[in-house]
Amino acid sequence: MFAYLVRRLFLMLVTLFGISIVIFFLLRIVPGNIVDILFAAAGYVDPADKVDLEKQLGIDQPLVVQYLHWIGGLLHGDLGYSYVSEKPALQEILPRIPITARLAGLALLFSASIGIPLGVISAVKQGSRIDYALRVVSLSGLSLPSFWLGLLVLTASVAMFGQMPIFNPNPQSLGEAFATYCIPAMVVGFRSSALTMRITRSSMLEVLRQDYIRTARAKGASDAAVNYHHALKNAILPVITVIGIEAAFLIGGLIVTETVFNIPGVARFLVEAIRWRDYPIVQNLVMLIAVVVVSANFIVDMLYAVFDPRIRYTD
Amino acid sequence: MRSVRALAVTAALSLLAFSTTTFAGEPKQGGILRMYHRDSPANASILEGATYSVNVPFMGVFNNLVIYDQHIAQNSPDTLRPELAESWSWSGDNKKLTFKLRQGVKWHDGKPFTSADVKCTFDLLMGKSQQKLRQNPRKAWYSEVDDVTPNGDFEVSFNLKRPQPSLLAMLASGYTPIYPCHVSPADMRTHPIGTGPYKFVEFKANESIKLTKNPDYWKKGLPYLDGIEYTIIPNRSTAILAFVAGKFDMTFPTHITIPLLNDIKSQAPNAVCVVEPTNVSTNIIVNSSSAPFDNIDVRRAMSLALDRKAFVDILFEGQADIGGTMLPPPQGIWGMPKDKLETIPGYGPDVNANREEAKKLMQKAGFGPDKHLAVKVSTRNLAEYRDPAVILIDQLKSIYIDGELDVVETANWFPKVARKDYMLGLNLTGNSVDDPDQSFYENYSCGSERNYTNYCNKDIEKLFDVQSQEIDTGKRKQLVWDIDKKLQEDVARPIIFHARAGTCWQPYVKGITIMSNSSYNGFRYEDVWLDK
Repeated sequence: MFAYLVRRLFLMLVTLFGISIVIFFLLRIVPGNIVDILFAAAGYVDPADKVDLEKQLGIDQPLVVQYLHWIGGLLHGDLGYSYVSEKPALQEILPRIPITARLAGLALLFSASIGIPLGVISAVKQGSRIDYALRVVSLSGLSLPSFWLGLLVLTASVAMFGQMPIFNPNPQSLGEAFATYCIPAMVVGFRSSALTMRITRSSMLEVLRQDYIRTARAKGASDAAVNYHHALKNAILPVITVIGIEAAFLIGGLIVTETVFNIPGVARFLVEAIRWRDYPIVQNLVMLIAVVVVSANFIVDMLYAVFDPRIRYTD
Repeated sequence: MRSVRALAVTAALSLLAFSTTTFAGEPKQGGILRMYHRDSPANASILEGATYSVNVPFMGVFNNLVIYDQHIAQNSPDTLRPELAESWSWSGDNKKLTFKLRQGVKWHDGKPFTSADVKCTFDLLMGKSQQKLRQNPRKAWYSEVDDVTPNGDFEVSFNLKRPQPSLLAMLASGYTPIYPCHVSPADMRTHPIGTGPYKFVEFKANESIKLTKNPDYWKKGLPYLDGIEYTIIPNRSTAILAFVAGKFDMTFPTHITIPLLNDIKSQAPNAVCVVEPTNVSTNIIVNSSSAPFDNIDVRRAMSLALDRKAFVDILFEGQADIGGTMLPPPQGIWGMPKDKLETIPGYGPDVNANREEAKKLMQKAGFGPDKHLAVKVSTRNLAEYRDPAVILIDQLKSIYIDGELDVVETANWFPKVARKDYMLGLNLTGNSVDDPDQSFYENYSCGSERNYTNYCNKDIEKLFDVQSQEIDTGKRKQLVWDIDKKLQEDVARPIIFHARAGTCWQPYVKGITIMSNSSYNGFRYEDVWLDK
C-alpha cells in the first residue's frame, strides 16, 4: 500500500509538471497578450509604448526563460504579479479560493445527498410513478444549462419575492447566508445530482438482481437493510467515480454560476484573467485546478479500497 | 364655526404639504450610493484609461482645473465652470491660457495642492516628465501646448504654439483630472490620491470599488453622500435584475439598451429613467489602400446603400440619431443641421433612389447582378459591434456586395486594423468631449494613431487647423459643418448612427444629471444625495 501511495504521488508530480508545460505554452499560443488588450481598450497602438510595456512585464523574453522564471518562482512560493492589478498573484487568488471551495463543496454535497437517495428510490421503485417522475427530474437536470437555470432562479425570486439572492460577502442572517451560497450551489449541483441519480439507479438495478440480494431477502432482511446495507454499498463504486469526475467538471459549471450570481470566486476570476491574458493569474489558477483534479482522482482511488474490501492496493 | 375649523384644517394641511415639499427638495447628508459597475476596469488611473469604466467610479476622487457644469446635460463652452482653478484668462494673441488656482486645497493624503501638481500632470500627459504613464491615449490632445509654466504656487500658464480655444474643453473632460506630483503613476493605478469629494478606499478587481466621503473637501458641506460603492457585475441580466430588486440605487450610466429599458420600466415602474446620446458613433472603416475599396466609386456605392433609419429602428426602436462625424443637434453642439445633412449623398430620405445610384456606381466598377463583390465585414466580438454589422451585411446585398461576418476577439481587433488586415470593418468611435478638435484630429488627421483607415487629405487637414484657431463660435461652426460634409462625401469613415442609451435610478436618488453629448464627463457626484 505504501509503495503504491509513493508511486501515485510520484505520478501526480509528473502529471502536474506536464500540465504546467501545456498550460504555459497553450496560453502563449492564444493570439494577443495583455499589452494588445490594454491598447485595444485604449483604441490605439503606440509601437514604442507597446515595446516598453512588454519589457516591463517581461513578456518580451524567450518563452523558455519565462517558463523557468514562473516554475522557479512557483517552487519558492512566489506566484508573480498580476499584470492587470499589479498586485501579487497570491494576494489576488487566495481570498477567492474559500468562496469557490465553499460553493463547490456545497454543490457536491447537494449532488450526493440528493442524487444518491433519489437514485436508490428510483431503482427500488422501478417502473412506478415515482421512478418515472424522478427520471424526468434527472433528465431535466442534465438538459438545463446552468446559466439558464441560474437566471430563471434570479428572475423568479425577483418576480415572486421582490428579492434577489445576490452575493453578500458578509451575510447578516442565516437566510442571507443560504441565499449567498446554497442557492447557487443548488443551481450548479442540480446537473451533478441528476447524473449521480442516474448512475446510482442503474448501478443499483444491476446489484439488486444479484443472487446475494435474493439470499438476503430470503433470510428475512428488511427492505432498508437490503437496499442500503447490502445493495448500495456494492453499487456505490461507479457513483464515487462519477462524483470524482464531476468534482473536476464542476469548475466549468461554477464559471457560469459565479457569473450569473455575481460571486467573486476563483472561477469567474479565471475567465476575467483569460480575457486580459493575465498570464501569472491564469497559469497559477489553472495549476491550482490541476492540483485539485489530480488530488480528487487520487482520493477517489483511495475511497475504492475503503468501500470495497476486495480492492487492496498491494505491490 | 364648523366651516372656519375646516378652513383652518385645510390651511394647516396645505402648509404641511408645502413644507414637506420644501424639505424634500433640501439635500440630506449621509447614505451610501450603491451602483453596479458594468466591468472591472484595468486600473484606477483615469489618465491611462480610455473607457468610461474608469471615469465613472474614479472621477469623484479628483478635480480638474475646470469642469463642465454637472447639472447641465449639454456640455458646451458656456457650461465651463472653475474647479481647482478659480478663474482663467487668455492672452491677447490667444496663445497663453492662465489659470489662477484655488488656495487651501489638500490632497487626500494631506499634502497641499499647488501649481507644481498641474505642471506634473501635463508633463506626464505630454510625455515630458521622467515618470511615464503606462499608456497615454490622449497625448495628442496637447499637441499644440508648448509647455506649462507655474507662476508661483497658485498660478499656472499653458503656452500654446497657436491659438486653440478648444483646449478648455479638453481640460474640462472627465479624462483630465489633476494628479499629485508626489504620487507615482504606478501608485495612481492601484491607489489613486486626488483632491475630489470622495477618497479611494479599495478596488477589488471583478468585485467592487469603494469610495468614502472626503471630510476635508474644499467645497464646504459637500459631498452629501457618505460614500459610493460599485459592485462589479459584468452580466447585464443579473445587474438589471438586481436594480429591479432594489439592491442598487442606480444602474451604471448609459448602460441600458432601449429594449432593456422597457423591461426595467415594466418591472420597476417607479424608477427614474432617462435616455441620452452617448456621443459614440457606429461607423464603417474601409481599407482604401487595396482593391476593391481603393476605387472611390465602390466606396461611394457602399455609403449610398446605407439605410440609416433601418439601423436606428431595429437596434434602438427609433431612439438614436443620424448625423455626420459630429453629434447632431439638438444635443450635439457642432453637428450639421438636418437640411445640410440631407444634401450629402446617402443621407437623403429616398433609400431606393440612393441604392439605384449605388448600383450604377457598382456596375461602373465592374460589379453587377452576375458578378457580386465578396467582402469580409470584420468587427469586434461584442454585441454593440456585431448587431449593426449583421444589418450592414444585409443592406450591402442590395448593391451586389456579399458580405461575410468576420468576428474578431477584442485582443486582436486593433492589431488587425493597424496592419490593414481587413476590407470593411464595423467600428465604434467614442468622443469624450463634444468638440471638433478632439474628433477631427484623432480620427481623420494624417498619421494619427486612431486614424485607422489612414485617410489623409492635406486640404482638409488645413481646414482642421483653421477651425481649431477660430475664436468666433458661429464662424467655427460653419467651418466644422463644411469639413464634416466633405469627410462624409469622401467616405472617409461613413457614420451610420449615433447611439443613445438609458440610465435609471431609484426615485430617492437626487442630483443626478446624465450628460447629453458625452459619456465621460458627468460623474463627480459631489452633490448627489439620497432622499431616504
